[in-house]
Amino acid sequence: MSFDVERVRKDFPILDRMVKGRRLVYLDSAATTQKPTPVLEAMARYYARSNANVHRSIHTLGEEATEAYVGAHETVARFIGARGLEEIVFTKNCTEAINTVAYAWGLTNLERGDEVVVTRMEHHANFVPWQQIARAKGATLRIAPLDAEGRVDLEAYGALLGRRTKIVAFTGMSNVLGTITPAREMIRMAHDAGAVALVDGAQSVPHTKTDVRALDADFLAFSGHKMLGPTGIGVLYGKMDLLERMPPFQFGGEMIRRVEDENSSWNDLPWKFEAGTPMIAEAIGLAAAVDYLNGLGMDNVREHEERLVAKAYAALAAVPGVTLYGPKPGPERGGVVAFNVEGAHAHDLASLFDDAGIAVRAGHHCAQPLMRELDVPSAARASFYVYNTEAEVEALASAVARAREVLA
Amino acid sequence: MTEFGGDAEAMYREHILDHYKHPRNFGVLEGADIDHREDNPLCGDDIRMMLKLDGDGRVADVRFHGRGCAISQASASMLTERAKGLTLEAIKGLQRDDLLQMLGITVSPVRLKCAILSLVVLRDGVELYEKSHAPG
Repeated sequence: MSFDVERVRKDFPILDRMVKGRRLVYLDSAATTQKPTPVLEAMARYYARSNANVHRSIHTLGEEATEAYVGAHETVARFIGARGLEEIVFTKNCTEAINTVAYAWGLTNLERGDEVVVTRMEHHANFVPWQQIARAKGATLRIAPLDAEGRVDLEAYGALLGRRTKIVAFTGMSNVLGTITPAREMIRMAHDAGAVALVDGAQSVPHTKTDVRALDADFLAFSGHKMLGPTGIGVLYGKMDLLERMPPFQFGGEMIRRVEDENSSWNDLPWKFEAGTPMIAEAIGLAAAVDYLNGLGMDNVREHEERLVAKAYAALAAVPGVTLYGPKPGPERGGVVAFNVEGAHAHDLASLFDDAGIAVRAGHHCAQPLMRELDVPSAARASFYVYNTEAEVEALASAVARAREVLA
Repeated sequence: MTEFGGDAEAMYREHILDHYKHPRNFGVLEGADIDHREDNPLCGDDIRMMLKLDGDGRVADVRFHGRGCAISQASASMLTERAKGLTLEAIKGLQRDDLLQMLGITVSPVRLKCAILSLVVLRDGVELYEKSHAPG
């Protein structure tokens, strides 16, 4: 099936919205994506027809809700190639998924003198948890450097790995540079050093086909709202034997088997890691989003974005005074373009673009260690998804040129 | 080419852009009595305020240094013009609304912190100075 962006756009009611008298041009999907009608309808249908708590309700509504909630785990498991729903833990967001590993795995497996390896391009969500857990356990955080194009310097990364390395945590795709990391190779190198590997898939899972078994990833974390799903739900994939050996992260209802006065025992996977009433409607919305993406085909999604990013890169590079960050368009580049305009602060750019109805991100993008390395306080970022068009890329380039005239 | 034409274009009115592109009292003041710098790590705006006082405790000279967005830098530039000749008491009395009035624009909540950073730096600098020069 060929990819028809105009047909896709019809599924996103928000794209009809006017902003300041202009048709919305939404180029901030790396922050959060818009939601297609099937996702909105699945969530509304659940609340309108089946709303009940899950797992133990012995009535029709409760059974429907439980079936949909459990089914959402299975849908997500298939989407990333997991062995089964036991390996799929629903969390609040990607950040909570990473924190679950940092706490539940890190506190029990890290010891004084151990090392945790991250990269220079991590989002704070995959940097600060490791920094803090390492501090708490007397372990050391090592940061793999980047090369001049903004790719992980694999030689330097390899040199950081050793017998002290216990875990490697890195992004599947940088939310600033757009770099797609060689995850399979990096995981293999981590395993050769005897370490486990976590991939922050917040930016990669929504945009590229992901197969955790082909990657041999030990953990993978990602968010629902960056892949057409609702906010309030994230996913932690973990290899079953690792999850089995980890203690729970949070305690309470749903995650428990037997509670005595002094001791408790835990529920089976994945429920052991899902304390309290979970995000039921959000799980149903996420499953609908996965169905929608499967309908488009992840290869088509990637191809569409590759085309947009190549066009954006060329169009922006042609504007005088524009600096672009990250690798050139191609297999190592995702649908994100961060840039600066000489003489203009990124916040001023974003404010001006907003008047043209163009939504971009401006700031440090929750990646301060990277921004320090680039030696820029902030950058503007346009990011693309299934509903963006080449005309929107042209509108962005035109707005950049105009903003430079106003500001510089 | 895209014409913006809405609120934002109004926000970048001539006098704000003028202060941004040609900041007044920009540079480093040697031998300043008050020299204070703060930044906003969230957006990278960075302002350093330097004051020299005369015998009556009034601001004899003032400079600022820093980098950041047009709003933060223009507001710092305007604030230095305003501060000259004021007593420290008067500087402490400067309010957010005084600054917004100088800028002559309405600022969205997100951009407010850009607009008032220079004032925060100035007031904090004065307070630190007074603490370190408190009698006894």
